[in-house]
Amino acid sequence: MATDSGAARGRSAGERAPLVRFEAISKRFGAVPAVETLTLDIVRGEFFALLGPSGCGKTTLLRLLAGFETPSEGRILLDGADIVDVPPHRRPVNMMFQSYALFPHLTVEGNIAFGLRQDKLGRDEIAARVGEMLELVRLQGFGARRVHQLSGGQRQRVALARSLIKRPRVLLLDEPLAALDKKLRAETQFELMELQRRLGTTFVIVTHDQEEAMLVADRIAVMNQGRLMQVAAPSEIYERPNSRWVAEFIGEATIIEGRPAAAGRIDTALGPLSIADGVQSSAKTVWLALRPEKIVIGMQRPKDAANALAGTIFEIGYRGEMSTYKVRLADKSLMKVAVANVGARGRPPYAEGDAVWLSWPPDAGIILTS
Amino acid sequence: MRRGPTSFNIVAVAIGLAFLYLPIVILVVYSFNASRLVTVWGGWSLAWYRELLHDEAILGAAWISLRVAALSATAATVLGTLAAVALTRMGRFRGRLLFSGMVYAPLVMPEVITGLSLLLLFVALDLDRGFWTVAVAHTTLTTCFVTVIVQSRLLDFDRTLEEAAMDLGCPPVKTFLTITLPLIVPAIAAGWMLAFSLSLDDLVIASFTTGPGATTLPIRIYSEVRLGVKPEINAICTIMIALVAAGTIASSLMAKRGASRRERAALGVQV
Amino acid sequence: MQRDRTKRSWGARIVILVPYLWLAVFFLAPFVIVLKISLSQSALAQPPYLPVFDLAAGWQGVTAFATQLSLDSFRLLGSDAIYLLSYLKSLQVAAISTALLFALGYPIAYGMARAPKAWQPALVMAVVLPFWTSFLIRIYAWINILQRDGLLNDVLMRMHVIDAPAAWLSSDTAIYIGVVYSYLPFMVLPLYASLEKMDESLLEAAADLGCPAWKAFWLITFPLSLPGAAAGALLSFIPIVGEFVIPDLLGGSESQMIGQTLWIEFFSNRDWPVASAIAVALLGLLLVPILFYERLQQRSLEGGSA
Repeated sequence: MATDSGAARGRSAGERAPLVRFEAISKRFGAVPAVETLTLDIVRGEFFALLGPSGCGKTTLLRLLAGFETPSEGRILLDGADIVDVPPHRRPVNMMFQSYALFPHLTVEGNIAFGLRQDKLGRDEIAARVGEMLELVRLQGFGARRVHQLSGGQRQRVALARSLIKRPRVLLLDEPLAALDKKLRAETQFELMELQRRLGTTFVIVTHDQEEAMLVADRIAVMNQGRLMQVAAPSEIYERPNSRWVAEFIGEATIIEGRPAAAGRIDTALGPLSIADGVQSSAKTVWLALRPEKIVIGMQRPKDAANALAGTIFEIGYRGEMSTYKVRLADKSLMKVAVANVGARGRPPYAEGDAVWLSWPPDAGIILTS
Repeated sequence: MRRGPTSFNIVAVAIGLAFLYLPIVILVVYSFNASRLVTVWGGWSLAWYRELLHDEAILGAAWISLRVAALSATAATVLGTLAAVALTRMGRFRGRLLFSGMVYAPLVMPEVITGLSLLLLFVALDLDRGFWTVAVAHTTLTTCFVTVIVQSRLLDFDRTLEEAAMDLGCPPVKTFLTITLPLIVPAIAAGWMLAFSLSLDDLVIASFTTGPGATTLPIRIYSEVRLGVKPEINAICTIMIALVAAGTIASSLMAKRGASRRERAALGVQV
Repeated sequence: MQRDRTKRSWGARIVILVPYLWLAVFFLAPFVIVLKISLSQSALAQPPYLPVFDLAAGWQGVTAFATQLSLDSFRLLGSDAIYLLSYLKSLQVAAISTALLFALGYPIAYGMARAPKAWQPALVMAVVLPFWTSFLIRIYAWINILQRDGLLNDVLMRMHVIDAPAAWLSSDTAIYIGVVYSYLPFMVLPLYASLEKMDESLLEAAADLGCPAWKAFWLITFPLSLPGAAAGALLSFIPIVGEFVIPDLLGGSESQMIGQTLWIEFFSNRDWPVASAIAVALLGLLLVPILFYERLQQRSLEGGSA
């Protein structure tokens, strides 16, 4: 069930008309469906992410847009025009490949200028634009170098420059940061966001890294097995997932099953729990999803807490900036709690086996009906 | 298989290489032997090379062989490359099974069969046998070798380079010519070299398909050899070995400085 | 809306058609002609066979042609023992040679695969180089060595292994030496390619699970190298059956291989129909291995490496 909660939220600027529309797109490889009757809009000027586990169809969708695959059914509209029959070399869409795919027999300049030479631009104009690009990606003076003389990060920037120089209407990025180490990846993520903001080009990135998607994207499409699960801004997806699957795929969550009782209350195996509003639907069963960082952990039972449960610490995970606890509750289930390590000592104040109390306010949980 | 060779491995390879090269080395050394006899070492001498220069028959045959080889190698390279492209890039087409069967069969077919069949074809078409029939025969024989080499390279080729080029606006045919072809040139060159040396070397098919005035070098050598060992033959053989060795080493050096290492580098893989 | 991109540009058609036509005309069609000649009768004419297919004679020409076809040549093959013996000898030589090639080639290929990565291209070139120098030359080189007053006898006599020069040449032994020598690269290279592709972590896993090195070889390395071995065996066996040059130059006169028989029938006896019949029968004999080889190639073309 795909919910698109407004295309103009987040940081995207510009018009609201969709630049790209996938209309009832299906793609099958032989008997295997990769994408199933999917409809999706991408807005002009936004940084859009396709996120999902491997095999979910996100790369297929990207390649459909680039033109390297043809859909089994459906239309792909770019600025209102169906581009399915347009071959890749004629689409105003450019792609940055995961492996960079730099031409080994051309110099850096030759690689970057390649697209412009196909359009038969004048030599002076090409030189000027290449110079512009080299400056933009901070590779001035590298024009004459050969590809094998560059480091991984430098090659990535050449690939980026090459794909942007033609000022495409959409830039596709296929897991562009996968080959970089953590530090470099973090830096490059910010650079990409800055670049996108500056150029105003619509970026579509495919990634399996959730944190990356949440950081860079204005909107994320979470996919699973060829279908859209949820399309929304990162905060929306994190704070208001539309299903248990999304709640568990993005970040961590403890899911508690319950039955809606009176307004503001659900009955669960752990007793009655307070929730913010009454449950809208008439569903018999609902699920409460709790994010670990929203739960408060303490030795004493908190006074006046809307929801409080007793438990024993089952497992502690120390992650430097925070500690995660798995707490065993009365019904033998485990609840995940995350606490920032604000104390100077660093060692978590609890030990395995300690008896603790967990509490959270009524509006901390998310009610899910699927 | 990178755990390092055992002494058995090293000995095996060493003996194998010695076995392969010993006869050649002996041949070359004895081409400089002043004495006619193999068992007697008469000292270093270029006598046989001098005699070679006067032997019109052999020199003429060598010239014909070189021309046939150059011509058929070039034709075979063109045909073989086209066949390799057809087999790796054209997907399924009608008659593909038959096509690939025809392409690979000459690799294993005994030469007497191929030679006989080609001669009978020429006879049926009432063609005069000679230079051109040998060239056509050699082209047919060597095309498959070129195909195998080029096809193997095309299969290994990184398709994302082609996709990147098309993504940047380069139409498919132009992509093949400006991106793929330059990067597979070492394989094509290797194919040409192989076709060249196979043609230069062929005895059976040339015997069947040649005619008066187009005696190739192997045919000449063969008829002399039946009469016994002659140091002049050693001399011409040494020259041919030197020629082929130089060409092979040159083309493999070209390949070393060539695409495949660059390609791997371009993939951003730190090896 | 279903998409279908089966329209091929004219350029693509040419890429397929040019080699296709060439091979159809110069490779396939000749076989048909060989078949036809094998069904013809020998004659003292130019060309030396009857009947000649004369299209100008119309339908009558065709029927006349058909009635004159005969299986005489094939009957001759069946009746005269010399032909059967030649076929058997060829199969025997090919089988034993292939076995020898495998026994000698495997250690070499294995040693090459175990060599340090930096050495491997040089080793491959070292194995390939003799192959690219003339085949005839290398056989000729063996004559130098094996002849009565040749090097081998010289060395053996000096080492007092033998007293008088032995006849190495003109014997089956010489044929085997020549064949193994010439076809070694054909066996070594496919084997090496197969062995080199093998993932070394498989052997590490075996060791980790308690398997000693020699056992790991038999249980893991050897089975995985079999495709390369099969290719090498077929690339050797099939052409060796039809070999001519090696038995002719190095072999004796007591028995012939089928390639020699064909040659003699064609060049000495000028009996084209019989020579063609020999070729047809030889092709029939080799059809199964050849198809096997084609299958191997198809699979490697589609499947790629494991």
